Amino acid sequence: MTFLFYFVACLTIISALFVVLNRNPVYSAVMLVLCFFSIATLYLLLEAYFVAVLEIIIYAGAIMVLFLFVIMLLDLGREAALPKLKKLDKALSLFLVVIIFLGILTLTMWAGGDLHQTLNPSSVGDIKAVGKALFTDFLLPFEVASLLLLVALIGTVYLAKRRVK
Amino acid sequence: MDFLALLIICVKVLLVFAATMLTVLLMIYAERRISAFIQGRLGPNRVGPHGLLQPIADGIKFLMKEDIIPAGVDKPIYLLAPAMLLIPALMTFAVIPFGSDITLFGRNIPLQVADVNVGILYILALTSIGVYGLVLAGWASNSKYPLIGGLRSSAQLISYELTMGLAIVSIVLLSGSLRLNDIISQQQGHFLSWNVFKQPLAFLIFLIAVYAETNRLPFDLTEAEQELVGGYHTEYSSMKFAMFYMAEYANMITAAALTVTLFFGGWDLPFLNETSMGMLGVVLSVAAFILKTAFFLFLFIWVRWTFPRFRYDQLMNLGWKVMLPLALFNIFITAGYLALTI
Amino acid sequence: MATIIKSYEPTFWDKLYIPALVQGLLVTFKHLLRKKVTIQYPEEKLIPPEGYRGLHRLNKDANGRIKCVACDMCSAACPADCIDIIPGSSPWDDGKERYPVSFEIDLLKCIFCGFCEMACPEEAIELTEIYDFSDYTREKLIIDKDGLLDVYDKTKDKNYYSNSQNLTIKE
Repeated sequence: MTFLFYFVACLTIISALFVVLNRNPVYSAVMLVLCFFSIATLYLLLEAYFVAVLEIIIYAGAIMVLFLFVIMLLDLGREAALPKLKKLDKALSLFLVVIIFLGILTLTMWAGGDLHQTLNPSSVGDIKAVGKALFTDFLLPFEVASLLLLVALIGTVYLAKRRVK
Repeated sequence: MDFLALLIICVKVLLVFAATMLTVLLMIYAERRISAFIQGRLGPNRVGPHGLLQPIADGIKFLMKEDIIPAGVDKPIYLLAPAMLLIPALMTFAVIPFGSDITLFGRNIPLQVADVNVGILYILALTSIGVYGLVLAGWASNSKYPLIGGLRSSAQLISYELTMGLAIVSIVLLSGSLRLNDIISQQQGHFLSWNVFKQPLAFLIFLIAVYAETNRLPFDLTEAEQELVGGYHTEYSSMKFAMFYMAEYANMITAAALTVTLFFGGWDLPFLNETSMGMLGVVLSVAAFILKTAFFLFLFIWVRWTFPRFRYDQLMNLGWKVMLPLALFNIFITAGYLALTI
Repeated sequence: MATIIKSYEPTFWDKLYIPALVQGLLVTFKHLLRKKVTIQYPEEKLIPPEGYRGLHRLNKDANGRIKCVACDMCSAACPADCIDIIPGSSPWDDGKERYPVSFEIDLLKCIFCGFCEMACPEEAIELTEIYDFSDYTREKLIIDKDGLLDVYDKTKDKNYYSNSQNLTIKE
């Protein structure tokens, strides 16, 4: 099990790196799908089947397909079409990455107990537990999130409509 | 997990895999024969008795053909795409129970490869993964028709997967579980306990969505040989083309089996208690499952040679403006009924 | 006054589409069970209708001699110019003075119009119902006098295709 965990974790990181470093958007998208898959496998190792399957259905199955759809529709598949980054941009993004990485590192190092909770596997993987949590403890965030999506939806319809005229 | 358990799992996996591949071959034959019969022709009847060996001859031909990789394709993805389509198609069958439990060597063996407690979601996840094969094949071919086919398939599958998921939700509401075994046991008893009679609307929506999901006529816009010259697999030849073909039929088989499981009681025979009948019960249940699945496979072919193809805007209109509201309405009614009765 | 013709308005029942779909399925199912129209060619052969114009033949008279008197009428009538006759004086003593020394028809040129049949004063040339006489070379498709007389022997007892001995396939 531990070996499997390290293997999948490495795969996750490598595929995530590929997403960022690859110049071809289609390859990045495919690598991101692989990344989602390995994350789903990590969930499986935690016996959180429901979350694992949701990860695949929602991210790999729906969102990434739409991403690919857009990439293909705009024909961004050619590497040459992408502009080269300037030195300043490169330095800035590197700086940001380092800051964020250090932030996460400090959080995991010093936050201690909060992040090392042992979870009860049966409650994590259980669809009933997820449903209950969504509709009791996290009702407000849940509804706010749905409202946010609705706003985005209306905005998209408005933008699309205007362009037709 | 001891050696015997491992062996049993291996045997089951091989059995299901072999059965699926055999059914794929049979389906290719059946499709050609039935389409011919509907059109007043005879179809392939020369190779073997009644032409039954025709799919094997086809397979040999596919293997012997030159494997053409057109210039300008995106090679890694072009080579990967058929596998990305075929593997999920073959994996999906793993969670479908195809008979009541069998007792062998003093063990209770469920006739199902993997009893996952999120069985339905597993199937939904894998069908949504199958899209990548189509989309990437379309893109990697570096050609107009496949690209259009790939784009169409991604839009179509997303639209109809939503509807299919919502139709399944109403079934899940009834059974209170995502395990396919629970859904089957909840449908046992007499005829009227099958989900078709409890959820006719959901069945209709699910059936239509399944045709769209498997890219079959009247929804085969991704292939549309008249306008897209085969769509996503225009540029493929030889065994890679055969893999697309096999994936299509494997998807159909899974879809038919899923329809049977969700709406027609799976391996259940009405008025019989298979589990108490020992070996005979097992045989009967497997036979019932095969018969029911065969009917839906026949329906796939029958529908294909009856209805004309939808236009693309009609497809989208049907999906978003008719099927989706209907599915939501159905969930609303089902949930309301359950809330009132429980 | 222009009349406004109302186009067909679908009723609610029509708009459900499901009944119409079921109807369509039933139609195709009926066709599924129907008798098939395919004729399994080498094993069974289509029997052409009366008056079909296929391969030519040269008729023989009661004595088994060629009826043709090499008058060249058929050759003259032929719009495709496919009949080639070399006349000679008849070797028999039965009132006919001429007979064809050679009589060749180029089947690739022939358009099977049947004019030769109509032009013939002796009813010597006739078109039979044989339609499958393909071959691999152009030369083999020029049929000579012996060949045409052979065709007569094969077809004199009426229909060539219902005659079972011709149905055995040579592998």
